Amino acid sequence: MSETDVKPALTPGVRLGPLSFVWRPWLVLVTLVLAAATFLVFCLSISIGDFPIGLSRVMATLVGRGEQVDEFVIMDLRMPRALAGLVVGIALGVSGAITQSVARNPLASPDILGITGGASAVAVFSVTVSGGAAAAVVDSIGLSAAALAGGLCTGLLVYFLAWRRGVDGFRLILIGISVSAVTQAITTWLLVSADIRDVARAQAWLVGSLENRSWDQVWVALWCSLGLLVVVAAAAFQFKPLHLGDDIAAGLGVRFGRVRAVLLLCAVLLAAVAVSSAGPVPFVALVAPQVAMRLTRRPTPPLIASGLFGALLLIGADLVARAVLPNNLPVGVVTAAIGGPFLVYLLVRANLK
Amino acid sequence: MSTTAVERPVPRGATESRRRRVVGLGILAAVLVIAAAVSLAVGARALTPAEVWHGLFAGPESDQRLTEIRLIVQTVRVPRTVLAVVAGIALGVGGALIQGYTRNPIADTGLLGVNAGASFAVVTVVAVFGFSNPFQYVWFGFLGAAVSGVVVFGLASIGRGAGNPLTLALAGQGITVFLAAMTTAVSLSDTQSLNALRFWNAGSVAGVDFDVIWPVTAFIAVGLVLALITLPALNLLNLGEDVARGLGVNIAVSRTVGILAITLLAGAATAACGPIAFLGLMVAHVARYLTGPDYRWLVPYAGLLGAVVLLVCDIVGRLVVRPGELEAGVVVALLGAPFFAVLVWRGKFKNA
Repeated sequence: MSETDVKPALTPGVRLGPLSFVWRPWLVLVTLVLAAATFLVFCLSISIGDFPIGLSRVMATLVGRGEQVDEFVIMDLRMPRALAGLVVGIALGVSGAITQSVARNPLASPDILGITGGASAVAVFSVTVSGGAAAAVVDSIGLSAAALAGGLCTGLLVYFLAWRRGVDGFRLILIGISVSAVTQAITTWLLVSADIRDVARAQAWLVGSLENRSWDQVWVALWCSLGLLVVVAAAAFQFKPLHLGDDIAAGLGVRFGRVRAVLLLCAVLLAAVAVSSAGPVPFVALVAPQVAMRLTRRPTPPLIASGLFGALLLIGADLVARAVLPNNLPVGVVTAAIGGPFLVYLLVRANLK
Repeated sequence: MSTTAVERPVPRGATESRRRRVVGLGILAAVLVIAAAVSLAVGARALTPAEVWHGLFAGPESDQRLTEIRLIVQTVRVPRTVLAVVAGIALGVGGALIQGYTRNPIADTGLLGVNAGASFAVVTVVAVFGFSNPFQYVWFGFLGAAVSGVVVFGLASIGRGAGNPLTLALAGQGITVFLAAMTTAVSLSDTQSLNALRFWNAGSVAGVDFDVIWPVTAFIAVGLVLALITLPALNLLNLGEDVARGLGVNIAVSRTVGILAITLLAGAATAACGPIAFLGLMVAHVARYLTGPDYRWLVPYAGLLGAVVLLVCDIVGRLVVRPGELEAGVVVALLGAPFFAVLVWRGKFKNA
């Protein structure tokens, strides 16, 4: 390569000590707008309810200068729910962005990492089967913990089954689909052989919900997610060339095997945090990265924007389910009803250009 | 992201590999015949070959035991055997086609929204009309599957999307997500439809009469003919749009015919049995491993494999939890998935 062959970079780079990244104004702008929108919906979610509290009073309470009654309603009743939505949404969005990027396949949502399927099978089992040693174990540790344990077991099972001299994205997906198919079949079988009253309860859990969150649960989810997101951020700096494929990444000097393994493990754990907090809220992880990718006009799902859109979708859907719709539909139904058509709209709009 | 490697016809090797494939097809057909025979003999009441033979061809008679046998064979086992074969072929061929047209190796027959559309139609008519018998809603299921397939394809074909396999997969996913949400909403507010939904979702070939099976078979036959017509074009499409266009393929027409075929195949099979996930995806990969990337071979293999797997799974489902039965759709996942996972782990499948 002589010097005349070198083209100038199309976008200017930014260098901060050891870190360097490409300055992409549009990506930054969209991400900031998403962050602002998420914050706005978060505040709306706190202000709207049976006892409406104006946005100015919400702000005052958030900075610790609110009135006592506002303080009680916000801090004890609405804040945990809104925060749970924020944490779960971000976890699902980022988890989905990772799986879709590593697999280089938009159909690869974290559901195929096995977490959701394992958690669902255990939860449905504990709701529909009574008596016996296994049911006793579930009763003693509680439904959420049992579901989480089931999800983590299947997630790690998928991960290690796919491990063969490193994790290959394609192999991981096919193994994940196989394991998910098994858990799905077990869930279906349990539902078929159960009493119809239990089926309704199981079905309600399967849709996911943000109701009745306690502060303890929210704090655990929050700190776990934050820790995982820090790891993801650190790995993501090496993540950029991964979607170009192993050979190019290796040529650029990225130790892709290790980075990819760390990222996928984070995706599994983030999905687990989400499922344990809100149940298996479907579709957020599938839709959010795809929408974020199209809004930011990037070739792969951007991590931060995916997380933010996931949170926006989940908190917004929860708000719609609470305040607008009759008979208290679970949030998972609304996320799907909004997210699916929105994705289709973006596709159609892009094709009409 | 389907096959990019093309098999160059090598003069001597070509006849050799062709003979191998024909023999393989013959073996699969033989296995299917054997499985069908076993399917007639096995069940809650085991029958000898002579009794099965008698039950198949005898007319009414006075002997109580023989009449019972005749009724079991003619009204229970023949219908479910025929349906397992027909639906298995449909789902196998549909799986291979959907992976070809979306160029996505993890596409399954439900991707176009046919399963979600059928489920939504079923819970809706049960909630609205209070149907209790599956025969009353099988055609609504087919209608729902067909409508969602057409809507997905229509949305994906707007503007420049017409040639983009990724758009098709994502539009299918988006519509599936939406319909699944609606299905859940309806079933959570209506106990009767929730009850219908859980049995429907299990996917079974049992308990369907011939007055449903024959029309379903007719739809599937039309789908198969359309599928076979488009196979050469599908081969060229997988070399890339430009190459295909240069070689004289009318991309819009061949894709439309192909998607119509998938909708007919998967929609009719789903209407009769309920959603049977994973079968199409699995046999498409196994067929590709056996035949290579040529869809003219891959699709027939996938069809026969689908029939064999569904039939065997139905037989196993009759035997494992006596006196009850496990639905074939459940057995497909419980038996097929581990087997498939082992093949994946041993690196048998390329990222097609």
